[in-house]
Parts: sequence; C-alpha cells; structure tokens
Amino acid sequence: MAALLEASGIVRRFGALLANDHVDLVVAPAEIHALLGENGAGKSTLVKILYGLLQPSEGTLTWEGRPVTIASPAAARRLGVGMVFQHFSLFEALTVAENVALSLPASTPIATIETEVARLSRAYGLPLEPRREVWRLSVGERQRIEIVRALLQNPKLLILDEPTSVLTPQEADQLFVTLEALKAEGRSILYISHKLDEVRRLCDRATVLRLGKVVATADPRAETAASLARLMVGTEVKEARATAHATGADRLVVKGLSLPASDTHGTALKDVTLSVRAGEIVGIAGIAGNGQDEFFAALSGEVTGDPGTISLDGRPTGALGINARRRLGAAYVPEERLGHAAAPGFTLADNALLSGHATNGFVRRGLIDRGAVTAWFQRVVSAFDVRMSGPNPEARALSGGNLQKFVVGREILREPALLVVAQPTWGVDAAAAATIRQALLDLAARGAAVLVISQDLDELFAIADRLAVISEGRLSEPRPTPSLDREAVGLMMGGIHGVAA
Amino acid sequence: MGMTEAILLTIITAATPLLIAALGELVVERSGVLNLGVEGMMIVGAASGFAAAILTGSTVIGILAGIGAGMILAAIFAALALGLAANQVATGLALTILGLGVSGLIGSEFVGARRDALAKIDLPWLSDLPVVGKILFGQDPLVYVSVLLAVGVWWFLWKTRAGLVLRAVGESHGAAHALGYSVLKIRFLAVLFGGGCAGLAGAYLSLAYTPFWSPGMTAGRGWIALAIVVFASWLPLRAVIGAYLFGGVTVLQLHAQARGWGIPSQAMSALPYLATILVLVLISVRRRGDAQAPAALGTPFVPDR
Repeated sequence: MAALLEASGIVRRFGALLANDHVDLVVAPAEIHALLGENGAGKSTLVKILYGLLQPSEGTLTWEGRPVTIASPAAARRLGVGMVFQHFSLFEALTVAENVALSLPASTPIATIETEVARLSRAYGLPLEPRREVWRLSVGERQRIEIVRALLQNPKLLILDEPTSVLTPQEADQLFVTLEALKAEGRSILYISHKLDEVRRLCDRATVLRLGKVVATADPRAETAASLARLMVGTEVKEARATAHATGADRLVVKGLSLPASDTHGTALKDVTLSVRAGEIVGIAGIAGNGQDEFFAALSGEVTGDPGTISLDGRPTGALGINARRRLGAAYVPEERLGHAAAPGFTLADNALLSGHATNGFVRRGLIDRGAVTAWFQRVVSAFDVRMSGPNPEARALSGGNLQKFVVGREILREPALLVVAQPTWGVDAAAAATIRQALLDLAARGAAVLVISQDLDELFAIADRLAVISEGRLSEPRPTPSLDREAVGLMMGGIHGVAA
Repeated sequence: MGMTEAILLTIITAATPLLIAALGELVVERSGVLNLGVEGMMIVGAASGFAAAILTGSTVIGILAGIGAGMILAAIFAALALGLAANQVATGLALTILGLGVSGLIGSEFVGARRDALAKIDLPWLSDLPVVGKILFGQDPLVYVSVLLAVGVWWFLWKTRAGLVLRAVGESHGAAHALGYSVLKIRFLAVLFGGGCAGLAGAYLSLAYTPFWSPGMTAGRGWIALAIVVFASWLPLRAVIGAYLFGGVTVLQLHAQARGWGIPSQAMSALPYLATILVLVLISVRRRGDAQAPAALGTPFVPDR
C-alpha cells in the first residue's frame, strides 16, 4: 500500500544547531505510528515541519504519492493533516465552540459549530459542553477540544504530541479507544511519546529519533520497553532503586490545613492532614489544578497561615516565611523550572545564591562571598552531572533535564530535613529522570522526609513509600504504595473517592 | 434652558472625545497591544484637523485629516512595537512626547485662528421638545457617531468572526499563530483603528468642543481614555458609562469653580485626574487575581523564523 505521508532527508537547522539531520519518516494509511525520542531529539521540530509551522532547510515531503510543500498550518489542514499540541493552543477566555470556530473557515456560523461539536463528541466518546469557557475545563476536557477541533477538518493524518502526559490512566484509556476508532475509519495517527508501555500497546510502528537523527524504525510490539529505551537514550537506563532503611519519627506534620483559593482559577485547600516520617517518601498524586500549587505554596511558606497547621520536627512553621523554614532544614523545588525554581536570565551560580542565601553561608555582613557561591555551584554541577554550554551559563540556556538536575541538586546537597518537590521529572529525559529519582531515594535513605507532588503515576509508584491523592483541594489518607492499585488511584484522581478502600 | 440641562449638554460634549479615543484603544488592547500613545495621537489629530479645516474651510476634511494624522502616528508605533517588537510601554510613551511636539509644529501657524464649532443638528419639533429635545436630538453629528461606534465595536468584537479572531490574538498570540492567523497583520490593523479613533477624538476637541487650536489642548484626555478602557474591563458598552462618568467629573468641576466654593481652582482642575487614579486603584483592589484583561496584553509577538 502506498504511504500516506513520506518525509525524506528532512534537515532543519537553527543557527548552528542541527535539530533534524536527514530524517526519514513513512506513515502508512490506517496506521498508528509512534515517534519516539527524548526531549531535544528533534520530534517537535519534525512535527512542526509536517504541520507547516516550520519550513525544512532541506528534504522533501510526499503526500499520497505527490510531492508537496506545506507552507502553513492552513495548508497542512487543507491536505488533511490535523494536530493536537502538547501545550494546548487554546484561548482560555473563549468558549469551546469559539475555540473550535477559530480553526474553521470563517463562513461557518457558530451555531452550526456548536451542534457539530456536540455530534462529534458523542460519536467519538469525547464529552464536551460547547458553550463553556475553556478556563473552567479540566486538562482532559481541553485535550478533547483539540481533538474535536482537529477531527472537524476530517483529517487523514492526526498528529498527537505527548497526549497522555496530562491525563489520568482512565482518561488515557478513553483516549486510546477513540484513537483505535479513528484508525478503524482508515485515518492514520502520528503518536509522539516517550511512554514506552503506551507505544507498545497502541502503535503499529515506531520511528525512533536521537539527537536529530533516525536511529531505528521498529515494530514496538516486537520490542521490549527496555530495548526501546535503549534505542531512545543510546545507553542502558538504570531504574531507580531504594536501599532498605528504617523510617523514623514524623518530621513534617500538616494538620487541618485550609487555604482559600489564590485567585478565581485556583483551588481552595480543605482540611488537609498529612505526616511524613524520617526516611520516607510520600507521594501526592492528582491532576493539575486540584490544589497542588496551593499546597506547595503553603508548605514552602510562599503563603503563610496559622502557625499550628504545619510543623517541622515538632516546631510550628505555618506562620514562618520561606527563609525561616529553610533555616529549620526545609528545602523546596517548585514545579516550574524556569521562572519559579530558577530565574531564567541569571547564571547558575546566581541561582544557587538565590535559594541558598539564607542557609548556605553565602552572605557575610551583607556582602556576597563569591568564592563560597562558586564552590557550592561547582559541587552541585559535578555531583548531579549537570551538562552546560559554558563555565557558568544562564539558567535558560540549559536543557530541561540539566536544569532540573541543578535545581533538585542544589537543595539535596544541603542535606535538608525535609524536601518538598513538585513534578520532579516533568518533561525531563529518561537519564536525568533516573538520576533525580535515585537522588530522592538516597536522600530519604539518609533520614530526610521527602514529599513528592506529581501527576506521573509511574513515578510515584516507583519511588513513593506511601501515596495520597489530592482532588478538588482535599487530600486522601496516605496508604502504603504496595497496597494500592493504579486503577483505584486513577479513579480517585478523577474525583471518585472511597474506592481505594 | 435650565441649569441641569446645560450641565447635561456639556457633559455629553466633554464625554464624546473620551469615548471615541477609549473605544479605539479598547480594540487595540483587545488585540493584545498596549499603546500608551493615545494622548500623542489625539493632539496631533487636534492640530491637523484644525489646520486642515482652516486651510480648506471644510469641517469634514478637517475631521478626515485628524483621523489620518492619528493613523500615521499609530503606523509609526506599529512599525516599532509590532514590526521590530520594541517595548510597547516605552514606544507608546515616546509616541505621546513625539505627538505633543509635532502638534505644536503643525499648529504654530494657527494659534489664534477661529472658526465656528461643528454645527449641532436641529430637527424640527424633536429638538424643541422640553428637556430631552436638546439632549437627545440637538447634538452635533459626532456625538451620535461616538454612540454608534460603541455599539459597532461591541457588535464587531462579539458577533463577527473577525472580532473573534481579534480577541483570540489578544488572548494568546502563540495559539492564534499556530492556527495560521497573521498575528502582526491583525494587530497592525487594530493599532491603525485605534490611531484613527484617537485622531478623530482630537479633531473633535479642536473642531467641536473648543473651536480653536492651542498647544497642549488635549490636557491629559488621552490618559483618561486609557483609564476608561481599564475601568470598562475592556467591554465597549461599559466604556460608554466610563466616558460619561469622567466627562461628568470634568464638567462638574468647572461648574464648581464658577460657583467659587473657596477651593483653589488648581485643586478643582485636578479632580478628573484624581478620579482616574482613584478608579484605577479601586478596580485593581476589587478584581485582584481576576483575569479580565486580554491575556497577551503588552507582550510582543515574535514569530518563529
């Protein structure tokens, strides 16, 4: 059978960087084709070329046997290419139907679009309310808008960029059913992911990219997750493993913590109670926007409250500011690497100073001890194998994985009594993720209390001793991880309580 | 004519230029661009409009000249802030300073010249109705234009596809670009519209409100228009309320000065500006954390190569 889409010899340069280096990709009709690769492997660049957002420096595209140039997303859509982005390109203040309307010819009236959205969402099991504003919707619902929007174009090829990275297991299962239905209709799907189990379950073929080059084209069902990972990373990826150790007394205790929502789009915390013992990793699972940000802010001291609601090693810290809590031995790694954990335009050394100025002896009589900062910064870099493009680059110049190793490393090396970390490996390559998880396990083994807030259930099941679920600002009772099953946790993340018992 | 009626009439003429300029800036800001140069575009519109009207003897040509002058200044802003992605705040402030200078140059020949104010319409019977006659049916044409403009902007933004696209661009230029919309072109057109409105508002001042030219005659009205946009939460019909409220304060302080309540006239003249500050403070307190402004407001858009 002739290929639906064939890209051959695609080269794309950004200055000196070769993002795509003679990439070949063939997508057959009615095929779910995986595009595998680590962050920075060139997947996004390739996909942007296929969708007309970028032009290739060299190479040719063939669509149904005819050579084509795809000059713009509109041209891509005319050919029959639809795209669902990882970071949704939605307009928060507009309604579902208005968002869909923006991707359709201007002649279609909004009323028609509303009925069409309703029809498609029923036909493919993608429930949506056309008149709701996007900011009111969950991440899963937002993704459905993107899919419905793409489907309205009646595409022959649907490109999905890391679609399950934001979904609960149940939402992901629901998505897979939809994708299988689309395939049965004869549509092709280009499925970008680094979740190997999914790819093996769903995809017919896989093209693996590494550092801008195609390193393999394989049948994912004939491969193991480990062999695919090896192709992606180029080396063996070690699974993080805990060493046996005893847990001690409670270090972090949260009692009856309630907090109003920070803004109209936020979630109020309702009577959150939790304790983390020495030597223990407690995981908090939940879909984004269920109070994680507020909980992190309350724990870190970005928002202060009643002194008794939070205590560390028996001392009430609820009313203390960030520096006071750090001096008591607490450490924090927020979710957003650039902009929250690190100042993008500051060098790494200055970023080390920012989080350590109160505790690491960097400042004497109001003056910065540059020597101490540099020595500390170099310790972090070598201990966590942070790869960088110069002796002391700006934070924004680092890749996601390297910057994450740095912001986690600068806290862990302080040997904190408590580490609270949000999304420790979000969007981080597999090797860096393994390093970070191992460092968290080792820190707990040395007697610290570690609290991990994450949306990645695989991660939490891999490293957490106990697991709780946050949903609509309420935290479930933490349970030992081995006693939980993923389905039950997934249901709780979706807001269905009391099933795990 | 009673006192109340006289006050109402002057409030309407004081509010009209504020409303026109505010509606223009509202469209600009809805597209995600913050043009702080309203005052500059307005005063160049006032000078050019008056000069053209004196030279040609035609009020219509004067009005068109005012609109055109505002658009030229807006095009300079667009070239810098959109084309070269210069900082919008700094560019807008520079535009105001430029406009104040250029208007002095254009108007220097015309200081002291006088002409009749834009004629008020006079409908037989209707305009002679007691109380409401003069207020509803005896205004100059631009007053009606300003109200129609408010309805038109509302209709455009919420009822047309082009308006939806414009709001989308102001909400997230990246997403709009990804859908294939030309962000810079849409913003350029919005900025031109804003410039045309500011120029028209300026021309209204020099051709209808006080029919002569004097340097600096806009006296901060461009800034008040900017405040009205925020006050109105970027909603055109609420901008009507805002414009009449601020117009009212401007007029009432004049009447209060005339009565001589023993308050220094300078303090009274400061009243509209104090009201502006007060309103902005109250709004920011009341709406803390609530996303009312277009999300991409003031952020430059630089497309991928």
